[in-house]
Amino acid sequence: MKIEDKLSLNKFDIDREVHIRVDEEKCKECRLKPCLYACPAECYVERGGRVVFSYEGCLECGSCRFSCKKGAIDWVNPRGGFGISYQFG
Amino acid sequence: MEKFDAIVVGAGPAGCAAAYTMAKAGLTVLVLERGKYTGAKNMWGGAFFGPVMGEIFPEFRKEAPVERFINRHIISFMTKEDCLSIDFKSYHGDEGSSPGFIMLRAKFDRWMSTKVEQAGAILATGLEVTDFIFDGSRVAGVKVGTEEFPGNVVILTDGANSLLAKKAGLRDDYKAPDLKQGVKEIIKLPREVIEDRFGVSGSEGVVMEFVGACTKGLPGGGFIYTNQESLSVGVVVQLSALLENNVKASDLIEDFKEHPSVRPLIRNGETVEYSAHLIPVSGVAMMPRLYSGGILVAGDAAAMVLGTGLILEGANLAMAAGIAAGNTVIGAKALNDFSALALSQYESLLKESFVMKDLQTFRRAPHFLENPRIYNDYPEWTCAMMRGIFNSTGKARRNILEVVKESMKGKIGLMQLVGDTLKARKAI
Repeated sequence: MKIEDKLSLNKFDIDREVHIRVDEEKCKECRLKPCLYACPAECYVERGGRVVFSYEGCLECGSCRFSCKKGAIDWVNPRGGFGISYQFG
Repeated sequence: MEKFDAIVVGAGPAGCAAAYTMAKAGLTVLVLERGKYTGAKNMWGGAFFGPVMGEIFPEFRKEAPVERFINRHIISFMTKEDCLSIDFKSYHGDEGSSPGFIMLRAKFDRWMSTKVEQAGAILATGLEVTDFIFDGSRVAGVKVGTEEFPGNVVILTDGANSLLAKKAGLRDDYKAPDLKQGVKEIIKLPREVIEDRFGVSGSEGVVMEFVGACTKGLPGGGFIYTNQESLSVGVVVQLSALLENNVKASDLIEDFKEHPSVRPLIRNGETVEYSAHLIPVSGVAMMPRLYSGGILVAGDAAAMVLGTGLILEGANLAMAAGIAAGNTVIGAKALNDFSALALSQYESLLKESFVMKDLQTFRRAPHFLENPRIYNDYPEWTCAMMRGIFNSTGKARRNILEVVKESMKGKIGLMQLVGDTLKARKAI
């Protein structure tokens, strides 16, 4: 099962305000790109040697913020009431 | 703004237990939960152990949305093509025993929070606490954006990712080697199918744990829990191991579901949710300072998780700590003293309870569980041994000792085995 099909099953209230910001300048310097392997929702993908990030499928686990050695990821929770709402948990 | 006796941040097991304890004693309590509803952000494997739930909510067996009571544990070593299991079923129903039970957090935590409200606490959902109000170095309430909520004490139960614990100066950020990442799918199946496949009836339930190929040999494991009309199927892996080995948990769970011993159990099931979560696993070694002036911390935010490979507990420790935090604040209120010294009672209560005693007893377990042989060599060896015993090749058979020796060759040395056994004896 593809990750996007899985994420489409979840209930999200997506905020227009972005809760995770990736600093592209710092990100460019990184070769190993551990963030690609940290995110269980595969919100970080590599395209043309660059990391492209989308916050919409974020499960708010926090893994990515422990992965980045360059300090390129600025991570906070989405605003109250927004983001993932688990039905089962 | 009214000043509360206590403000609880996060309505999970620790927060609900603390809020309920205080509200029942007549304190004014505000619970702030960032989810749209209680439980919206909460996810776990699936099982609650021990008597704490029944002690705080004696009516839970009748009222709460319990999925199933556990009477069967299956622990398996798996390679890519084998699976060797210990299958323990128990029909004891001992008087006074409290069987573990399986529940889904989004439903169960919602139930708990209604109990908290009935006890008189105010629950506000959809509010993300962003900072504290400080009075000198003492915490004197919380902020939600620009809005301030003053309180004598803040009880921080906002989970593994607590950014607030850091802001309060109780700890630094956790580190990747001290965290495991759990991913899980809820797979719907009819109740009769679950009962037939897992050999249970009525409210009986099964916990399955897998070690080995399900994590590609990385520290962690796979799991299946039986709910009433679904299965919780997932994988837990050390976060730093994922990063160092370029492995994604989202791939591991797909492989796990395809394993020949797992596939028939979930066949024709429909995935209805995919979730993920971090678990702080290094126990006392990563525990923060538990209190400071005007603030206490409990649950995942304080790394109150016990994992020995066989025992996996967290929510019960969180609730026991929540009760201890609640009782500490009740005592502090009686003396009108919310200083760090007054709140140090919390640590004393925890040290007297099973929470700190268990974490102390198993303080060596987290390091022991980093041994890669547990996830590679031992599953490979034990499965090779079983193949050797059952394989009938038409050639003259050898006795079991010879088969065992043969299966160990190139996988595991006798001294390693003795060493690991000794370490296991001390650690778990």
